[in-house]
Amino acid sequence: MQQADRLRVGIDLVQISRIRESIASFGERFAQRLFTPDEIAYASSEEPLAAERFAARFAAKEAALKAFGLSHAGIDWREIEVLRHADGHCSLRLHGKAADLAGAPHDNETALSLSHDGDYAVAIVTAVKAEPTTTHSH
Amino acid sequence: MSTAPALDEKIKTVLRDHGRLNKDAMTLNPDADLYQAGLTSHASVNVMLGLEGLFDIEFPDQMLNRSVFSSVQAIRSALLELGVAA
Repeated sequence: MQQADRLRVGIDLVQISRIRESIASFGERFAQRLFTPDEIAYASSEEPLAAERFAARFAAKEAALKAFGLSHAGIDWREIEVLRHADGHCSLRLHGKAADLAGAPHDNETALSLSHDGDYAVAIVTAVKAEPTTTHSH
Repeated sequence: MSTAPALDEKIKTVLRDHGRLNKDAMTLNPDADLYQAGLTSHASVNVMLGLEGLFDIEFPDQMLNRSVFSSVQAIRSALLELGVAA
């Protein structure tokens, strides 16, 4: 397998004001359906920032679905979790079916970058797909 | 009991309210591609939540994929599979 075939990338852009509208329309159900308890706790810890934090995390989940080719797999968004570390950087952790179908990548085989400006949040996920266990390179 | 066209009307109403499509949801053909009509990943979540609220259902994991929300017809099939009366 060529190195380039193993490198995966996904990107997603989300309009923050529309996330704010979703929260207004669907209340707690919106967050509970899409985000893990830790993600909700962090995003909700500063109410004025909640919409942009949820937007960035939703973008990360969609970017991960693209990077791992899981858009048609039927994945619960809560199985793709954004972890926020003490130094402020974020990383991705997959659980359950998402982890199984993505080849159970280790934390150090994926990278996540989040950004937001004005009314938009963006996320990029890169991942290195595992080497095949057997090769026939003759 | 409502008819399939009546169920389609309810689906279109949810698409009108939550889908942010670039065309009139109420005049969509049942097989029209909703992603081509402007449905984004976030809007499809809103449509899902709108349908769940309207029909008091929950889409299971295996239905949380792009194809289920790709057309009125596909949404109708999913709802029928979940026991919503046609």
